[in-house]
Amino acid sequence: MAKQTDNYFNIDGILATQEKIPCKVELPIYRLGYLDSSSDSDDLLPGTKLELPYWMARGLCSRRRHIVSIEMPKQYREGYREILTADATVVDLHQLGPYFYSFGTDLLNFDHPEVNDIAKCLIKTMQTRIRTIMDSSQNSFKLDTSSITSKLDEMEKHLFNAGQHGLTEFQKWETRETEKLVTSEMVKKHRKRKRIMMETS
Amino acid sequence: MFAEKALELIRELKRCVDGTMSPYNEDAVRQVLDEMKALFEHNQRDVSAAVAGESELYSSVHLRHAGLERNKRCLLAYLYNRLENIKKMRWEFGSVLPADIKYNLCEQEVQWFNKYNKMLANYMRSIGDAGGLDLTQDMKPPKTLYVEVRCLVDHGEFETQDGNILVLKKNSQHFLLRSECEHLIRQGILEHCVH
Repeated sequence: MAKQTDNYFNIDGILATQEKIPCKVELPIYRLGYLDSSSDSDDLLPGTKLELPYWMARGLCSRRRHIVSIEMPKQYREGYREILTADATVVDLHQLGPYFYSFGTDLLNFDHPEVNDIAKCLIKTMQTRIRTIMDSSQNSFKLDTSSITSKLDEMEKHLFNAGQHGLTEFQKWETRETEKLVTSEMVKKHRKRKRIMMETS
Repeated sequence: MFAEKALELIRELKRCVDGTMSPYNEDAVRQVLDEMKALFEHNQRDVSAAVAGESELYSSVHLRHAGLERNKRCLLAYLYNRLENIKKMRWEFGSVLPADIKYNLCEQEVQWFNKYNKMLANYMRSIGDAGGLDLTQDMKPPKTLYVEVRCLVDHGEFETQDGNILVLKKNSQHFLLRSECEHLIRQGILEHCVH
């Protein structure tokens, strides 16, 4: 399964793979003790516990290599999964990690007993939440949406914005505004910034 | 931790809004390259030691390699996304970039922009009938040949295709060929009046 954030150049993909995973060192890693700021030792010794970003953990823990063992981050563990199963619509996913889905699906690459449950939970969460997101994106025309979007994860925000974009385009079509030639959005924003800079200087 | 500096570059991109260009962060790029060089040299030393028999060094080699790959991804993504942004700007601002945006590009990016400009111009000249086809025009299907426009700023003199010269003064209204003034509307100099 390929998703957009898997793209090598995708900014969100890079930021999502920066999320931390609790790890335990299994084999000694020599001369890299400085990665663990809590110890003065030159080497990372077996049994050391530290948090590594996903991309690092992925390079050290796979079927062939087992230099560190990983634990699931707490927002994907049983306790949080239960909360999500109870009612996913009220949960603040942005707080659980702005890249909740993207990072979650990345975690499925690991060989971990909980992987199946996490996958099911991610889909279920999406299924329950998508309705509210769609509703609110289609029904808040020219309103302040920050209170709605603040609880959404980055992927949901994209969905929401797509819905809003469609809504405004449709409204424009209905009021026959599509014929009108307008200044490019980028030029407009650039102008605004320039004005701010001129006013402050 | 590895690749911190590289992540900063990516965060910079994320913060950057449409229609702006953050200054090319030459300093950070060089620091990332230095870090990569150091990682590579350490790795080479450890690999030759590992081949010679100290096979327990392999785990640190793997760790540093992950760091190298990560730095590479961040750097390439930084450059690529900037280029994509520059490309988009060519279509929005036209063939001349505003000075403050150009100021934030590095030398190679300016070169790239000029080459892209030339390629696009050549391509547009080669398609269509003898005169070529301007792809940046008629972004929306045209309904009329002439449009009524109002000036938003003092732009100065403007020569139409049939040789007339008119002065584009703020708040003056004109009836112009759509193909001639579409660019000026996109640039925010004229406003299209619809009734």
